[in-house]
Amino acid sequence: MARLVGTPVCPGRGEGLALKSATPLSFWGGVSLADGVVTDRATGLAGTSVSGRVLLFPASRGSSSSTGFLVELVRRGLAPAAIVNVRTEPIVALGSIVAQELYGRSVPIVTISEADYAAIRTGDRLAVDGDAGTVEVDARRDA
Amino acid sequence: MMGRHSIVSTMDLTAEESAMLRGERGEALRLSMSILARLGRLYGAARLVPIALAHVDACLFHQEAWLEFAERLVAGGARVAVPTTLNVGARDQARWREMRTPQALAEKSRRLEECYAAMGCRPTWTCAPYQDEETLPRFGEHCAIAESNAIAFANTVLGARSERYGDFVDIAAAVAGRVPLFGLHTDEGRRGEIVLRLRDLPPEVFDDESFYPVLGYAAGAVAGSRVPVIVGFPPGVRATRDRLKAFCAAIASSGAIGLAHVVGVTPEAPSLEAALGGAVAPETRPIDLRDLRRVRRGLSTTSRKTFELLCLGSPHFSVEETRRLVAALAGRRIHASITAWVFTSRAVREAIAASGDLALLEESGVRVFTDTCAVVTSLSGWKFRTMMTNSAKFAHYAWPTSGLEVVFARLEDCVESSVEGKVVFGREELWRDS
Repeated sequence: MARLVGTPVCPGRGEGLALKSATPLSFWGGVSLADGVVTDRATGLAGTSVSGRVLLFPASRGSSSSTGFLVELVRRGLAPAAIVNVRTEPIVALGSIVAQELYGRSVPIVTISEADYAAIRTGDRLAVDGDAGTVEVDARRDA
Repeated sequence: MMGRHSIVSTMDLTAEESAMLRGERGEALRLSMSILARLGRLYGAARLVPIALAHVDACLFHQEAWLEFAERLVAGGARVAVPTTLNVGARDQARWREMRTPQALAEKSRRLEECYAAMGCRPTWTCAPYQDEETLPRFGEHCAIAESNAIAFANTVLGARSERYGDFVDIAAAVAGRVPLFGLHTDEGRRGEIVLRLRDLPPEVFDDESFYPVLGYAAGAVAGSRVPVIVGFPPGVRATRDRLKAFCAAIASSGAIGLAHVVGVTPEAPSLEAALGGAVAPETRPIDLRDLRRVRRGLSTTSRKTFELLCLGSPHFSVEETRRLVAALAGRRIHASITAWVFTSRAVREAIAASGDLALLEESGVRVFTDTCAVVTSLSGWKFRTMMTNSAKFAHYAWPTSGLEVVFARLEDCVESSVEGKVVFGREELWRDS
């Protein structure tokens, strides 16, 4: 178990299995609102749901509608348990802020260093603390 | 940008702003100020600054959250404090039946349209508000713009200052008349962070319309979320508004880019040194013709020779672009197997109706829609498989939003293909690997 110290972005705690994108992600056009499944083929995650996972993407890209897509995922109960980035853009952080105002639930967000980011793999069990800015990593055991 | 060195800070609010935040100026201003204050603290803003105008993207109906947020603001007595334009919506308000927009979506969109009208926004319904002189931000003015291409255009081409705002904070800023002073609102945040050096490009490439969206798409992918400085435009290049528009839309699709400097072309980049704000370039990356060819090939997702939809106008077509389309058509009709759509603003549609170009396009079988575009509405009433387009932004979003494959080409080839009824390419020597 490793404890990574990063920077708090949005408050709250979330735990789940890591789901890590190879590329920057836009929630608009990148994730389906019907089921939370990733549709962006470049991420390497297409076909997998973000719901309840700790979603890792190095940075966001593209559209201004991403904020709303994160809010809608929260409204539908399909949001990731937490988000971990290297850089969090306002467009993503605002999704968590507005979800808190509208639905009383935010998505915890933490940024970590590129080196720490590189060390996490899809399937690792993560516990994210958006107030402290920490990520606890329980690395998956490969068969 | 939020990185590992940023800190969650406090922010100085004026007495009036504090009163808003406490709810003493009504619920709409409390909600708006709460969002702005949290954003400002998160990104280390020292204070809020007044804005000259806002451009709102939250008026595009996607799902219930958009309606719930707008209705919450209206119920709280929201009125915009600054001139506020509206981005595209989910339907052409006059012609949605012709576009086969599902009734249920049209009804949701109508309710959202009414909310934004009630808040006092201008019913512009365009993703290219900068094509209207009346709503053009000026150099150095702070504004709150949402819609990624409009943010990139305002910062890059006009030298106005807007962060990359998204849905909801856009209308919050319009209602409060303020934004946090951070990121692209500051001199420091506008400095170039990565240099992209064009290498060994043949001069004729700069005369090829498809170069601009391809360069933008390539640059956005490399720069990621850093402010890029592009070096290597030869003196005298005709960097028209339409070319820069295509460049900005593309760079903001492949990257999280709100500002790019093009040395010798854009207003804050008379020189590389100026664009870097006196700092040393942390990283320099070359872009050569081979890179551009690869990116251009990647914009097409299929090598299929059949397509059903010609899609033009992302961002919304200008008067000049409709002129080029009319010239390329030269009075010929679109093939019966092809649906040909142009998306533009109400203002441009009125202008081309007056000039006669609209009638010429309609006689050729091209339909001109306003208020929306193909990738932000529902195409469930159609059986399109493949879109042909000259827009890198359409190419980027067609698959994820509409499930359409894409053939990317220059405008003239899009037109020839639409007349022939199958994909044909003209002068492609420049773009083929030798």
